[in-house]
Amino acid sequence: MRGATHVTRAACAVAVALAAGACGGGAAPAGGPDGIVTSSWGDPQNPLEPANTNEVQGGKVLDMIFRGLKRYDPRTGEAEDMLAERIDTTDSVDFTVTVKSGWTFSNGEPVTAKSFVDAWNYGAHLRNNQRNAYFFGYIEGYDQVHPASGQPTAQTMSGLKVTGERTFTVKLTQKFSTWPETLGYAAFAPLPSSFFSDHDAWLARPVGNGPYAVDSYTRGSRMSLRRWDGYPGDDKARNGGVDLKVYTDSNTAYTDLTAGHLDLVDDVPASQLRNVEADLGDRYINTPAGIIQTIAFPYYDPDWNKPGQEKVRRGLSMAINRQQITDTIFQRTRTPAKDWTSPVLGPDGGYDASLCGGSCTYDPARARKLIAEGGGIPGGQVKITYNADTGSHKEWVDAVCNSINNALGNNRACVGNPVGTFADYRNQITRSRMSGPFRAGWQMDYPLIQNFLQPLYYTNASSNDGKWSNEEFDRLVDQANAETDPARAIETFKQAEGVVRDQMAAIPLWYQNGSAGYSERISNVSLNQFSVPVYEEITVG
Amino acid sequence: MGRYVIRRLLQMIPVFVGATLLIFLMVNVMGDPIAGLCGERECDPATAAQLRKEFGLDKPVWQQYLTYMGNIFTGDFGTAFNGQPVTELMADAFPVTIRLTLVAIVFEIGIGIGLGVLTGLRRGRPVDTGALLVTLVVIAVPTFVTGLLLQLLLGVKWGWIRPSVSSEAPLDELIVPGLVLAAVSLAYVTRLTRTSIAENRRADYVRTAVAKGLPRRRVLTHHLLRNSLIPVVTFIGADIGALMGGAIVTERIFNIHGVGYQLYQGILRQNTQTVVGFVTVLVLVFLLVNLFVDLLYAVLDPRIRYA
Repeated sequence: MRGATHVTRAACAVAVALAAGACGGGAAPAGGPDGIVTSSWGDPQNPLEPANTNEVQGGKVLDMIFRGLKRYDPRTGEAEDMLAERIDTTDSVDFTVTVKSGWTFSNGEPVTAKSFVDAWNYGAHLRNNQRNAYFFGYIEGYDQVHPASGQPTAQTMSGLKVTGERTFTVKLTQKFSTWPETLGYAAFAPLPSSFFSDHDAWLARPVGNGPYAVDSYTRGSRMSLRRWDGYPGDDKARNGGVDLKVYTDSNTAYTDLTAGHLDLVDDVPASQLRNVEADLGDRYINTPAGIIQTIAFPYYDPDWNKPGQEKVRRGLSMAINRQQITDTIFQRTRTPAKDWTSPVLGPDGGYDASLCGGSCTYDPARARKLIAEGGGIPGGQVKITYNADTGSHKEWVDAVCNSINNALGNNRACVGNPVGTFADYRNQITRSRMSGPFRAGWQMDYPLIQNFLQPLYYTNASSNDGKWSNEEFDRLVDQANAETDPARAIETFKQAEGVVRDQMAAIPLWYQNGSAGYSERISNVSLNQFSVPVYEEITVG
Repeated sequence: MGRYVIRRLLQMIPVFVGATLLIFLMVNVMGDPIAGLCGERECDPATAAQLRKEFGLDKPVWQQYLTYMGNIFTGDFGTAFNGQPVTELMADAFPVTIRLTLVAIVFEIGIGIGLGVLTGLRRGRPVDTGALLVTLVVIAVPTFVTGLLLQLLLGVKWGWIRPSVSSEAPLDELIVPGLVLAAVSLAYVTRLTRTSIAENRRADYVRTAVAKGLPRRRVLTHHLLRNSLIPVVTFIGADIGALMGGAIVTERIFNIHGVGYQLYQGILRQNTQTVVGFVTVLVLVFLLVNLFVDLLYAVLDPRIRYA
């Protein structure tokens, strides 16, 4: 009997496929203001909670269903008030936050000061295993709810106090003038009471306060989001909704796009970059995102931490032909780095295309000289460690090594050192087991120069994988954070970045672009600084 | 027969324990999976310790294994890193892969045996030579090439199928992926059947049956085919397990969210619970199918008896 149904289904498939498209595919998608956008997606790695999401796929959804106190303008990257009516401070330590009135979650519950305070306390508490808990580390009392070792001694952070229906106060442990500008990050989103009362149900179908509401969610395969008509913000969705479909391989998503079964892919696979302009024409987007790739050094290894060795590091930097590698290997989806931040910050935000200068320019003759002056490469060979499972890290590491070998006229000066999985790679880094330089990548959490410097180069900072330490740099960062005038703070951060440059703490390679492609059905597609599509602006038909 | 089955079932226990232990050790050798959970930055030590405790990774490996095996007997396969129970992932993935495997097996049996009988009866004729040549090409071309090529031609150029399978993965969408998955085995089945038929055609019992004046059709099905199918059945049986586990490539190309997809994700994220759970079930499938194949021998050839 199975054979019989099989045959009929096959016949149906062939017949319908010839006539229209697919068997049982449903009616043709509607256009206009209620049109639905279909978009590629990847399975979020962690449970979908605001303070637990640290990768782009989960972040994409949070950006659609949540709005926080601040929001980063998708074009300028500036932190603008969203739910915040006012954030007042006189000393950059004590902040008073006033939440706008009239905002509700999509289930009708009003967004109050308590929605924020409860969410932040949840995010910070050790018991809840939130991957992004350290975002609350500046708030007083964090040590009690999230001690570095042992059990928490408090349930809530002492620095957070609800003072009214729509006001709460925050006390930080140190001066941090740009702290309000970090509040656009998804970890600081408010949460409805149903999150706490029925957590499993919330995870199965998250409820937020953004322009979209989750209609249905099948974990690991798809999520349907629909425009929430009660959304009070001025960035209302201009389409009927978005269907996110999980793809295991970005190549398949791209194939679906070219076959007309998908509207938007936000990750054009490297293997398709050669064809993308012929396939999509101006429906291919390639814009800078807040991502920088660098080569870091193991400063815990005495061989790599000798005085005077900054000359070797600068020499290595000058031996890398960034322009050639980004042109040929990345098909211009990367831009050669000229400083340690990102162009998305803009000149006012601290980006400076002249900061690295000659140290980041290909100059084989000077490279040879500098490396010789600095005492030569430790051990006679640079081994660049990378994880070989994702990304096209092998290609560019080999290219970088080629470039170094050519510049130094020594075929054994640099080799790649692949590690099988990302987990194992991270494991070796966190245990300080690197014996030579290694690949490092940084995707910003928020568009602030502070975020490109402090987590990466401050002594014992969370992402200071090479354990670089410099008193002058630390002092300047502290000073910048204490600065009440934002412009002066950025200036001081740039001075600190100058220390990173002089010591060549890490070799900046290139800024990564976000790349996306879309179908003829939709328009007004753009990517924000996090390389996430600005879904609510997309129009259909 | 009954005693044979019981003996075989008992033999499965050490195989099962050994296989799961090996997988467990292999996944653990790859290092600490928590390190990869926080992306490009280090998990703060307190959260990492808490996560390790939650997933039971803070205990020695032998203890983890014992706890794991203990839990399996209560039907608890642990929790994946995204907070979903592994049993839930299995309930989503296995039906899809079983459907895909079924489509592939149907192709193998239908086309493979059909073509094998046809060529076996006409050895040396153009049809035989042609089939030999085609199967040689199919065996030589890797699955991902066949898959991507069919996807490009049927899905993009001619628009006959959708290049990717929807998350419900209904049977009709699985026809092309099933064919791709079956392709290589199908070629082997054709060749195996052909050789077997060609050999047995000259056997005494076939000559006797023809001499008795039995109709050609009856000679073919009851005498020739029944005896010739034993090696083919062995092959197809062993192939069921291989197809389910080996679907990684096909499932990736056509975006099918089945066992291959879950295994791939599990390995990439070094998620011990997912990988060990899925492989455990696959080992069971392998063992049961092999048992079934052995029992089928007795049906096909009554001379083969198990005391």
